[in-house]
Amino acid sequence: MRFCGQPACLAEPDMDKRIDPILDIRGLRTIFRTRGGEITAVNGIDLTIAPGETVALVGESGSGKSVTSLSVMRLLTRNVGAIAAGSIRFKSKDGAIRDLVALDEQQMRGIRGDDIGMVFQEPMSSLNPVFTVGDQIAEPIRIHRNADRKSAMTAAIALLDQVGIPDARRRAGQYPHELSGGMRQRATIAMALACDPTLLIADEPTTALDVTIQAQILDLLLKLQRERGMGMLFVTHNLGVVAEIAHRVAVMYAGRIVEEGPVGEVFRNPRHPYTLGLLASMPRLGDATRMKQAGEKLAAIPGVVPSLADMPGGCAFSPRCSYALDACRTAVPPLAEVNAAHHSRCIRWQEVSR
Amino acid sequence: MSVPFVSVRDLAKHYVSRGTKLNILEGISFDIGKGEVVGLVGESGSGKTTIGRSVLRLVEPSSGSVQFDGTELTTLSSAQMRRARPRMQYIFQDPFASLSPRMTIGEILTEGLNIQGIGTRKERLDRARAALEQVDLPAEAINRYAHEFSGGQRQRIGIARALTLAPEFIVADEPVSALDVSIQAQVINLLRDLQQRLGLTMLFISHDLAVVEYICDRVIVLYLGRIMEIAASADLYARPQHPYTRALLSAIPSPDPDAPRNRQILKGDIPSPANPPSGCVFRTRCPNALDACANTVPQLREIAPGQFKACIRDDLS
Repeated sequence: MRFCGQPACLAEPDMDKRIDPILDIRGLRTIFRTRGGEITAVNGIDLTIAPGETVALVGESGSGKSVTSLSVMRLLTRNVGAIAAGSIRFKSKDGAIRDLVALDEQQMRGIRGDDIGMVFQEPMSSLNPVFTVGDQIAEPIRIHRNADRKSAMTAAIALLDQVGIPDARRRAGQYPHELSGGMRQRATIAMALACDPTLLIADEPTTALDVTIQAQILDLLLKLQRERGMGMLFVTHNLGVVAEIAHRVAVMYAGRIVEEGPVGEVFRNPRHPYTLGLLASMPRLGDATRMKQAGEKLAAIPGVVPSLADMPGGCAFSPRCSYALDACRTAVPPLAEVNAAHHSRCIRWQEVSR
Repeated sequence: MSVPFVSVRDLAKHYVSRGTKLNILEGISFDIGKGEVVGLVGESGSGKTTIGRSVLRLVEPSSGSVQFDGTELTTLSSAQMRRARPRMQYIFQDPFASLSPRMTIGEILTEGLNIQGIGTRKERLDRARAALEQVDLPAEAINRYAHEFSGGQRQRIGIARALTLAPEFIVADEPVSALDVSIQAQVINLLRDLQQRLGLTMLFISHDLAVVEYICDRVIVLYLGRIMEIAASADLYARPQHPYTRALLSAIPSPDPDAPRNRQILKGDIPSPANPPSGCVFRTRCPNALDACANTVPQLREIAPGQFKACIRDDLS
């Protein structure tokens, strides 16, 4: 695990089971119907997660990272968002592999909160203000396990204890507004884990938290994931958080994965100009003083993220890219293989380097 | 630093909420030299925004003094304060909430000049165009509305608005926090460039310590409305002295896969300002707290040239 001081000791996922991933997304295309017409928010995503593996989806606003996670959970707003193509094959606890895209709402309800746990950015909006924290954690246990009220509450208190909430019995009887932001996020994690999911989807779970509380929550998620061997899809815009928590990273830009591979390798040796630009544009602690004294500027990426309604032809990053050629503007580059585990959607990936 | 340009002494802000007194700020004292950029860092509830607003009297401090270029601001009448305002401006965090959707960019940029009665209509519009140019936006933007611009462009407009009055002092309150990473770097570079070119004095409020290191000459670390440490940024990041500063720096996740991960994780939550701990407010989460920390409020003291900490322990290094 990362926090022990050695990067190498981040728990290795079970690579043998990679043949049988718990999540296997192929060609996912998600659209939104707007007044201005149909827009494609996610445009052909392939992504797999092995048991015990954490994959980070990273990107800026509008890149499609949250829409991807909402697509997996089938939580897109009805009549507005829809999965237009692709498959999401998921291996549930009983070992059955099903395509989530083909399931009806009734079947999805059986999976959400049982096989797949979910944690969102804003703990206050994922908790119901009129029920106690304990009741809300007990709810999935009662629904999915048919547990009686008393044993579900006992399990809920044990979960609160596991997520590091002191005095769990008393806290279980409190309402969300009586808890701090960090405690609330711990409570939503307890809720997500109540039925022992094999996959946890965490969408910006630490973004609303202060850094010292973020460190606590990341530490907790690492510990729980390791103990339970769950797969985790972790959506974030923060590259530092990715380096702390994930085994693999998929960098999204304008609805597509532009680079994907093991975190250490992608961050040490980015092979897509967008990943390179993102890493270079962040001021680094400890290095900023040197940059300032040397009169160096931050390497900002010029221009703005294109609007989904008005996508440039070819590679969506080409208008902002210093490596762009004419060929980049005519066709979307294929995902090129840097090595078996590392891919870049750039025709000049061999020339891209820090 | 000879005579400070901005000098804050014993600033305090209390609110009373349902009969409970909340000490939002307590005993805040610091100076900013002319042309200096001072960073205010801390987590939610540390009081950084309240300090920024109190200094410009956008909220009234409960007690204490704020001197600006030799003038005491806290005792000025509202008319006198209004006359002083062009010299000091505020940049807000949220580029969506801080620009009126009903006004053109030209109206937004000339509003301050109108209120101050500066120039003719044409001169005011010329100044608005010049300000847009300073933030790398086209002059034609004056006829458009805020919704036609992206987040990064809106933040540039917010910066241009602060510049039209040719201020000497700017309080920038989390000016890049709402922006995406790739856009954030553009706006940081712009702010630094403007600060240097125009010789601006700046109070830069942020929760992002890396951004603060890049833009600030000196840094003030706040916790629960009290100053924990003040130091030149070069010293603060290389040799943090207060246990809270150390924990804060250690909590920031680094994107460098080869960075050492000897993380120090603080336990517990930030206490409520309605019921702050006695003595040192940080002691309930401090890994180095002693029994004595509960008894007295530690005073800021100089422990190295220009470096101050509010901690009774000298044996930590």
